[in-house]
Amino acid sequence: MSTAFLHAFGAHLPGRVVTNAEIAARLGRTPDWIESASGIRERRGAAPETTVADLAVAAAQDCFERAGVDASTLGLVIVASGSAPPGFPGPAAAVVARLGLEGTPAFDLPMASAGSLFGLVLASQLTERFGDVLVTGAEKMSAILGAGPLDPNTAILFGDGAGAALVSSRPGRWRILDSVLHSDGQFRDDLAFDWASPLRMNGLTVILQASRKLPSAIEEVLARQGIAAQDVTAFLLHQANQNLLVRVAKALKVPPERVFSNVARYGNTSSASMLIAAAEWSREDPPPGPVIFSAFGAGFHWGALLAQSV
Amino acid sequence: MADSTRRQRLLGILKTITESPIPANDEESLFESGLLDSFALPDLVSALEAEFAIIVPDRDLNPRKFDSIARIETYLEEHGA
Repeated sequence: MSTAFLHAFGAHLPGRVVTNAEIAARLGRTPDWIESASGIRERRGAAPETTVADLAVAAAQDCFERAGVDASTLGLVIVASGSAPPGFPGPAAAVVARLGLEGTPAFDLPMASAGSLFGLVLASQLTERFGDVLVTGAEKMSAILGAGPLDPNTAILFGDGAGAALVSSRPGRWRILDSVLHSDGQFRDDLAFDWASPLRMNGLTVILQASRKLPSAIEEVLARQGIAAQDVTAFLLHQANQNLLVRVAKALKVPPERVFSNVARYGNTSSASMLIAAAEWSREDPPPGPVIFSAFGAGFHWGALLAQSV
Repeated sequence: MADSTRRQRLLGILKTITESPIPANDEESLFESGLLDSFALPDLVSALEAEFAIIVPDRDLNPRKFDSIARIETYLEEHGA
C-alpha cells in the first residue's frame, strides 16, 4: 500500500481573458469555428513581464492556503513546464527562491502536457525520502504562440496558467494507490517546439494517439487495483480539447460528466491543466471514492495515477 | 476473403462514419477532401478493428496509413482482413 497522499491542490489563472472573438479576428476565422473545433470559449493570457516561475509561485501559494501549510514544510519542489525559456537554470530555481527556501532541493521537468502527471508520480515515490513535495505545472503558452506566425490549428487552443499539488507521506485527503507512466519517442516530431521555429502539431496523429493511449493507461492502472472505471467518481484529465475528453469518457463507458472539464474557460494550459482541473474539482466538495489523474502530451509521454479518498 | 467483400464492408464503414458520399478515386486523401478529421479518424480505426477482427497496434496509429481508400485496403490486406 502506498504511503503517499495528496493533501491539496492550487491554481492560478492570469486575469486577462482572451476570447474567441479576439483570436478569430487575428486568424480570419469565426468564434463559432473555434468553439466547434475545440470546445474552447476563452483562455487566459499572462502579462508580457510575467514568467513561468511567477505563475508557479502563485499556484503554489493557493495550494499552501488550501492545505493549511506554508512553504517551510517542503522537502522537495518539482516544476513542470514546457514553455519556460530555454537555457539554465530552469524555473525551479526561481520558484524555490521566491518561496523563501534555502537548501530545499528542486528540479525542473521540461515536459509539456504530461509534465504534472509525471511530477505527481515522482512525488509519490520521493515523499518518504524528502518529506512534503510541491508539484507545480506552469505554462506561459502565449510566449510559444508569440514566437512564430499564428497557426489557426494551434493558436485557438492554448492558454496561460499554473496548477499545484502538495504530496506527502503524512496522511491526507487522498491516498495515491498506483500509477503508470509511458513514453514513445517515435512520434516526437508530431508535437514539438524548440523556440527556433513555430510550434508544430500534427493534429491527426496527436488525437489518434491520445484517443487510444489515455483510456488504455487509465484501464491499465484500474485493472492493477481491481477497480472498474464505472466506480471512479472523477476523471481529472489534461484539458486538451473538449472533444477528446468526451471521447475518453466514451471509451471508458462512463458518463461524460464524470470527466471534469474546464477547457471551455481556460483552453489547453499544457502541464498546468490537470492540476488546475484538480484544484477546481476539489473546491466543489467532491464525493468520496476513487479518482483518476491522466495526461498525454508531446513526446509522446502519457500515463495515469489512481487515488482514493481517505 | 474476397477483395470485393472487404471493399464493400470498408465503404460501408466510411459511409457510416463520414455521413458523406465516398470519393470515386481510391487514391484521394480522405483528410484533404474533408471527409475525415482528427476526431473521425479514431472512430474509423476502431470500426476497422471491430469489423475485420484485427488489432491496430499503437505503432500503426499513423494517419498516413488510413489516408485513402487504397491505403486502408492495403493495410487490411497486409493484416489478413
